Amino acid sequence: MSDLPILSIIIFLPLLGVLLLSIINSKSSGGERNLKQTALWVSTLNFVISIVMLINFDQSNVDFQFVENYFWINSGISYHIGIDGISILLIILTTFLMPICILASYESIKHSIKEYLIAFLILETLMIGVFCSLDLVLFYLFFEGGLIPMFLIIGIWGGDRRVYSTFKFFLFTLAGSVFMLLAIIAIYMDTGTTDIVYLLDYDLDHSLQYIFWLAFFASFAVKIPMWPVHTWLPDAHVEAPTAGSVILAGVLLKMAGYGFIRFSLGLFPVASSYFAPLIFTLSIIAIIYASLIALVQKDMKKLIAYSSVAHMGFVTLGIFTFTIQGIEGAMIQMISHGIVSAALFLCVGIVYDRIHTREIDRYGGLVNRMPVYAFVFMIFIMGSIGLPGTSGFIGEFLVLLAVFSVNTYFAVFATTGVVLAATYSLWLYRKVVFGSLVKEDLQDILDLSKREIIILFPLAFLTIFFGFYPQPLIDIIEPATINLISNISNDINLTESITQIESEH
Amino acid sequence: MNIFLPILPEISIFISAIFLLLLGLFIKNIKLIINLAVVTLILAIVFVIYQPIGTAFNNSLVNDEFSKVIKILILLGSLASIIMYHSSRKDLNIDLYEFPILILLATIGMLVMASANDLIAIFIGLELQSLTLYVLASLNRNHLASSEAGLKYFLLGALSSGLLLFGLSYIYGFTGNTNLNLISTTVAPGNIGLIIGIVFVTSGLAFKVSAVPFHMWTPDVYEGAPTPVTAFFAMAPKVAAIAVAVRFLIVGFSDVAFEWQQIIIFLSIASMVFAAFAAIAQTNIKRLMAYSSIGHVGYALIGLACGTEQGISSIVIYLSIYLVMNIGVFSFILSMKYKGEHYENISDLSGLYKNHPYYSVIITVFMFSLAGIPPLAGFFGKFYIFIAAIESNLMLLAIIGILASVVGAFYYLRIIKVIYFDEEKHSFDGFNHKSLHLLIHPSAFLIILFCLYPLPLINIANYAANAFY
Repeated sequence: MSDLPILSIIIFLPLLGVLLLSIINSKSSGGERNLKQTALWVSTLNFVISIVMLINFDQSNVDFQFVENYFWINSGISYHIGIDGISILLIILTTFLMPICILASYESIKHSIKEYLIAFLILETLMIGVFCSLDLVLFYLFFEGGLIPMFLIIGIWGGDRRVYSTFKFFLFTLAGSVFMLLAIIAIYMDTGTTDIVYLLDYDLDHSLQYIFWLAFFASFAVKIPMWPVHTWLPDAHVEAPTAGSVILAGVLLKMAGYGFIRFSLGLFPVASSYFAPLIFTLSIIAIIYASLIALVQKDMKKLIAYSSVAHMGFVTLGIFTFTIQGIEGAMIQMISHGIVSAALFLCVGIVYDRIHTREIDRYGGLVNRMPVYAFVFMIFIMGSIGLPGTSGFIGEFLVLLAVFSVNTYFAVFATTGVVLAATYSLWLYRKVVFGSLVKEDLQDILDLSKREIIILFPLAFLTIFFGFYPQPLIDIIEPATINLISNISNDINLTESITQIESEH
Repeated sequence: MNIFLPILPEISIFISAIFLLLLGLFIKNIKLIINLAVVTLILAIVFVIYQPIGTAFNNSLVNDEFSKVIKILILLGSLASIIMYHSSRKDLNIDLYEFPILILLATIGMLVMASANDLIAIFIGLELQSLTLYVLASLNRNHLASSEAGLKYFLLGALSSGLLLFGLSYIYGFTGNTNLNLISTTVAPGNIGLIIGIVFVTSGLAFKVSAVPFHMWTPDVYEGAPTPVTAFFAMAPKVAAIAVAVRFLIVGFSDVAFEWQQIIIFLSIASMVFAAFAAIAQTNIKRLMAYSSIGHVGYALIGLACGTEQGISSIVIYLSIYLVMNIGVFSFILSMKYKGEHYENISDLSGLYKNHPYYSVIITVFMFSLAGIPPLAGFFGKFYIFIAAIESNLMLLAIIGILASVVGAFYYLRIIKVIYFDEEKHSFDGFNHKSLHLLIHPSAFLIILFCLYPLPLINIANYAANAFY
């Protein structure tokens, strides 16, 4: 088992699926069904393999596992992949959401289904690659490569303003990321390698760290997204097809959160602690501002998109507290948000498929015709609010706990975000689900089909399961987090003592 | 025999060109002439590969690692242009046997440029190439735009040759030598006359590589000339002219690098930024490729501005990838054909993927690669250029370059947008042409799979850069 390159298999299996899809004739009878089945089977198989990997994962080991290291460009830049407690959950999240996305697109995608599925499978490869890479250049390759399929997914299968949105998405993220590329090259010049395992132990020159940190920050801040560069996200979400929104909210945003933990904290600890107040301020603004904007939205997807900005604000807040609770909270918040917001977008997609509008005012009283829908939708709304008993609570609570221990004022402001989240989420739920069913076109709307139940129930189960029993997540995250924190605090303490010594002289 | 060994490829092409010219007078079989020209070029590639390192004519032509690699690139570019010509000669109304012969003659000029180590050899090579290029641009005599392109190119080209010659005379006057190696022993900082000479020569070369602010001819000539000629312009002469600039500045004037470095930095920044913005408003795809080539020259010049071994090696990597991308894109443009008529507007591609999903994917790959998005080959070209820039502490140049690439991404994306997001318009039948398949598939293959095994090209580039250090 240990000899099998399991990570490479997980990364490149979707590409094999692409190969299969490209030889299936979509025009033949049942061709479309074959395409969908193939994509579904490939992605499900990948999920199963990733679960096998999870079972074989040694939780007590803080080093990178399933490591593969092959010669690629030169001695400094290699094909080096491996995972630890921080990345494995995000990989599972990706492989878990992918079959759901494909299943969710069974009926909503009307044309070019073949290209659509190919784009999703390529995207899966690139996303998993991001979380596995232990080499900065390899990471950048996967990180930026993801733009190509996403650009096409929004642009081809999106809504009316898809062209504007997809260009905005592409150019915003590209503009942020190119600085990271320059920083990666500069790190390479400085150390002669881009190997992350080596760099995590390497003490980069502190004055350079600030510049590198800012360059990486430019990329991750756009991607996660933070205020004030978040404006691409609502546009992209609104125009993307349902599955595109699911992947965008579920996985793509997490790449940046992962990037903050792995690179900003891991490689530039001194700069991270120096810039932490900046992150805190921006996160607080994001939480409150995005929540307030979410309150006045007329479009369901836009509301959820702004709520994503607010939730990711908690993630950045937690990461930069430099405490174990904070980073654990941020990780759980990311997983939880990956499940909950993905599910919310699916819920919107379900009613959108029925009456083709996302306007909140066009709905009302859905509970009368769609009780099952109303039930699962409620679970996810509660998860989004962070109600105790849902996964959202665990993440937010840990983050708030950590922030409180670092700075009380920030904690107070962050907590208002929780209140606001309740306001807009409940408002959305009331407007859509409660009330009497008076709208003409809703009179004969149908409840969830079997396919939709299969899609939503696992997500609902996980939302509640992790709400009551987050221990499996914490067991995986904790060793890696403790290791990370001890590395960081060593670096920071060292710097402080050096500056003390210097000032004494 | 030993005297001629270093210039064997040039001589063989020359003999073949004369022979084909005579043959063309008597035999009206253009296909035969094209085939013979292709054989000649392939033979020349073989000669270049197996040629020993050496010098000829009192060190005025050198055949070192750098010139060998550059010559192969040039020959590949010429070869691709001839194949493209073959695929479209009937439709474009340029069914003339002179075309392959003119390409061969221009190729000789460019091969001389690649190995010119002497001011006079540089000028002779450049002029032999330029004069044939003027004729090629106006090859379609009955077409107004083509004649205009030829005339425009000729006038501005003649001006630039004048500037170049003027600069060369200054350099000769202030150093007393024409050989670059000898010149390098006599250059000293602070010599104003020498600087004037360098400025004029670099201006003349900037014309040839179409770097801003000497780029004005490029869009009109690219648009007016027949497409196979445009493809040729975008590939081989660019490579040759950059090679001349590299050898001239690195061999001759590396001791006064700080004097010319700022000129190159300016040319590079101006080209990258100008091209990125100017290309946004283009509607003709050939014109767009003109601006694209201006931008790409800007990136290649970053490598030259570094003046280091890494810089030269990154230029070779960049040019090789650029060449492959251009072969693919221009083969694609030549395929934009319906019932014998060629289309050149970007809007003609509208909704292409409904009719030609496979070719849409291919052109998408080329566009993303031109924009420098990983994991395609174009990204690695830029990656190595920026490695060289940061190694030489040209941080500002790197930042401006990378921001220009973001702006540049917009106009490449626009083509993808037209292909995928817009309503269906044309169906093209030009994708059935066998000889274009020979170009389009291998180049797409190379662009996609380069990321898996980039080592060979990097080794070749390092081998080439080794010649100067």
